[in-house]
Amino acid sequence: MLDDFLVRAALAAVGTAAAAGLLGCFVVWRRMAYFGDATAHAAILGVALSLAFSMSIIWGVVAVAVVMALLIHRLSGQGQAVDTLLGVLSHGALAAGLVAVSLLPGQRIDLDAYLFGDVLTVTRRDVFLIWGGAAVVTAVIWRHWQGLLTATLSPDLAYAAGVDPRREQLILTLLLAIVVAVAIKVVGALLITALLIIPAATARGLTRTPEAMAAAAVALGALSALGGLRAAIAFNTPVGPSIVCVAVTLFAVATISRKFIANGS
Amino acid sequence: MLISAKDISVHHSHLSALQNVSLTLNAGEIVTIVGPNGSGKSTLLRVLIGAITPDSGHVDRAPDLRIGYVPQKLAIDATLPMTVRRFLNLPHRVKDAAAADALRAAGVAQVAHQQMASLSGGQFQRVLLARAILSRPNLLILDEATQGLDQPGSANFYRQIDAVRQNLGCAVLMVSHELHVVMSASDRVICLNGHICCEGAPDVVEAAPAYRELFGSGTGGALALYRHDHDHHHDHAHPHEHH
Repeated sequence: MLDDFLVRAALAAVGTAAAAGLLGCFVVWRRMAYFGDATAHAAILGVALSLAFSMSIIWGVVAVAVVMALLIHRLSGQGQAVDTLLGVLSHGALAAGLVAVSLLPGQRIDLDAYLFGDVLTVTRRDVFLIWGGAAVVTAVIWRHWQGLLTATLSPDLAYAAGVDPRREQLILTLLLAIVVAVAIKVVGALLITALLIIPAATARGLTRTPEAMAAAAVALGALSALGGLRAAIAFNTPVGPSIVCVAVTLFAVATISRKFIANGS
Repeated sequence: MLISAKDISVHHSHLSALQNVSLTLNAGEIVTIVGPNGSGKSTLLRVLIGAITPDSGHVDRAPDLRIGYVPQKLAIDATLPMTVRRFLNLPHRVKDAAAADALRAAGVAQVAHQQMASLSGGQFQRVLLARAILSRPNLLILDEATQGLDQPGSANFYRQIDAVRQNLGCAVLMVSHELHVVMSASDRVICLNGHICCEGAPDVVEAAPAYRELFGSGTGGALALYRHDHDHHHDHAHPHEHH
């Protein structure tokens, strides 16, 4: 079954979108979208380093994304100017990555694959890594669900209940690094944040509890992945952007139909 | 002793500072901290719940200390859907019967299935109170819990706290700027302005020169009103009518 490149692509896309949808709820609730961007952009630097030291791309990306995530985590405790700092780090890492890739000796690499994803070329090994990463993300969020939710609501409520909100924040930033590493092959560094926030934003309008929103975001992410893959093959368009277009369409449909229902009643 | 803070000093730049503040709470006590804005009231509470590590001094907690914390305000992000019932499950899941009891004790029996965002200010504070008492705390900490409520609303809320306390037998530590509603119900009042200016029984503090310097003498009349209201157990507070 995994011999078919389309099956591999579908599995890779669904695994990535599901993990991103779940983590994306926290990204939306905690307003961490810029964190996602900065970590994702740093991934390009990870690609350059992996090629320079001829190691596996995914580990280079994980390493750089974790360093970036820890750096952001460290900075996030210090006042209001974080937004600007994140912008500096995010675009600095992206630019440095692009420059570093161009300086690499030897054959020119296909940067587009890392910027926009190239899910049709995923290998059997990639699929296992993606599902492994998705399983880790799901398991950790499952285990820490109550603490993560309490810390998201209010750091002080968490402290009073004996939960350290800084630790919960650190867990989320590290999970973000994993999702970025997993997603770069599927949607590329530039569109990872879309996969994090769009299914979660769509799910918000449809649900009444955090659990329902998380489940809906996972389902919407998976639906976008399959729909995007299908559309990409039908119209011969790039897969990553097609997945995001389907996710945006679902968001628009959900938002507009909710307006109609609200006006009708 | 439930909790004891000794010689607490905090001088972070973005927080109101504290110098050498010591405070001990015993089981069942009602203690009110009063002080002007920026006097470090919230900073002190946050040291006690462990949200701030003081620069010097230390906090001792009884092994069986269970804190129920009602924050000053809780801004739930609009992107986070949350029913009242689900909110009561934080940080620990509770049984439906326990949740219903807590909501009844806090005076909001009917709201379990509403979204937190749809509650009125008074209902919201009562739900926060319900959540805080679900862990059956022996210390209830309230940080300006009646902010945003009108005067009858906050008088009602304090009466609810009184009822909850008699039911649970817990100690209560609250921060307030609404001296007229709070002070006479307290066993002890601590007047804070970066350091402890004075402390003692409500009558003592009210008469203390340091207190009058901070708040003026105009609050004396209002304080008497609460006593009057409290003694007669009116169903609703209309302090102005008795003026």
